[in-house]
Amino acid sequence: MKAPIMKKPSSLQLWLLPVVSGLAFVGLWYGVRRWSGLQSWILPTPAEIIAAAWTERARLLAAAGNTAVGALAGFLLAGVLGFGTSMLLGVSRALRASLYPWLLVLQMTPVIVLTPIIVLWAGPGLPGIVTVTWLISYFPIVANMTQGLLSTDMNHVALFRMANATPLQEMLLLRVPSAMPYYLAGLRIAATLAPIGAIFGEYMVGNSSGGTGGLGFLVYSYNTQIKIPALFATALTSCLLGFVFVAAVSFLNWAVLHQWHDSFERADH
Amino acid sequence: MEGPEPIVKFTALRKRYGSGPVVLDNLTLAAAEGDFISLIGPSGCGKSTILKLVSGLNPVSEGQLAVLGTTPRQARDRQAFIFQDATLLPWLTARRNVELPLRLRGSPAAERRAKAREMLALVGLDHAQDYFPRQLSGGMRMRVSIARALTLSPRLLLLDEPFGALDEMTRNRLNEELLALRERWRFTALFVTHSVSEAVFLSNRIMVMAAHPGRLHGEVRVDFPYPRAGELRGRPEFQAKVNEVSRLLHEVEETVSP
Repeated sequence: MKAPIMKKPSSLQLWLLPVVSGLAFVGLWYGVRRWSGLQSWILPTPAEIIAAAWTERARLLAAAGNTAVGALAGFLLAGVLGFGTSMLLGVSRALRASLYPWLLVLQMTPVIVLTPIIVLWAGPGLPGIVTVTWLISYFPIVANMTQGLLSTDMNHVALFRMANATPLQEMLLLRVPSAMPYYLAGLRIAATLAPIGAIFGEYMVGNSSGGTGGLGFLVYSYNTQIKIPALFATALTSCLLGFVFVAAVSFLNWAVLHQWHDSFERADH
Repeated sequence: MEGPEPIVKFTALRKRYGSGPVVLDNLTLAAAEGDFISLIGPSGCGKSTILKLVSGLNPVSEGQLAVLGTTPRQARDRQAFIFQDATLLPWLTARRNVELPLRLRGSPAAERRAKAREMLALVGLDHAQDYFPRQLSGGMRMRVSIARALTLSPRLLLLDEPFGALDEMTRNRLNEELLALRERWRFTALFVTHSVSEAVFLSNRIMVMAAHPGRLHGEVRVDFPYPRAGELRGRPEFQAKVNEVSRLLHEVEETVSP
């Protein structure tokens, strides 16, 4: 008995199929709007959303810029602290045993619950937003990187021990490089979470960040003004910002790994 | 036959992991300078354990083990281990993999680079210096691994089935290359293998081992002079040696399943 062979889609299909399904979705959208009799302020059409995005472009762009700053700061903080924490956890079994359960507890606590407390402590504005972003993107990095540091090939470790490598050499020349795919996987998850964290932080913090506010503030503002097409336009902008973050980390992932890692294996090898 | 001081000396050695079964029992064996000793036997005979003891990766339970006149751990800087798979670091190029032992010793960059180039040229990989391991074939990876092991000119080489995963043609070629390198470096070797003809081709002494507990069953001396060439494999006296070792191996396997 032979397993059915999955036919690999051609590159044309890979481009065409999402376009077709996207167009079908837009068509469905117009259909629902037309036959349901819903009004524009409940379900705006894609054209109305784009129109709203155009009229609000200055505010949206400025807000996206503000959010990007908060998200990037929180993301970088999580990336650096996550790396450092994982190194500590990777070095010492005792440290791992005493800290890891509490990190889990921290992760299990919904950030939504913590946000008002963070705003209370860190103050409104950027510090609070960055703290929320850091908190939401920190754990996936620590979890992945720590796992990576503990997954080093035993024969490689034996090789280093045989060569009388110092523990520091073993860490820097063996464990850290072999954990890079894990670290980057953690960064990738964090990249999807960071803009969400920043927008949520702004939503909770409100208008106090230097007068202009980010996308989270626009959500609050458009919602109270019942500017629903503009609210959709804000969602679209947030989505694009998320894409930029993920694309940036995907590029980093490619830059670090493509030469040697099996996940970039080409067909011609 | 034995030189002034053996390179490796086991005296009534016994090894068990924790309170588990005895893995090696009453092992007495001396490897003289220049010996190429193959360890062959059924699985569970402890042949790989012998290499781990000599390299100091695992401690001896009872009896004595002297390596290069001292303890296994203190002799580490004069021995090298070649693993079953090439154990190259996948994020380093071939050249930087070969540099690794020098780098761990803190040698200056220019010096270790020159040395690595020289070593790779000696194993026929001059053209592959900047390739990453995944771009190399299994045989080429193993050559890089051998080059890396020889960078520090070890006096003792421990090889744990290094060619087991390779096809026969590649394996034969690497056998010949290994002997050619031995002419130059004059290392003593402990070589674990499952292949009788490989053992006969490479070694001057073959230790046939029995399992449960792991112990020495018999020794076959192979007196073909070095350097040995590939045509040796076609000679009747080579085949006679292969038969002699195979006969001993059969005895060992029969005692396991009577």
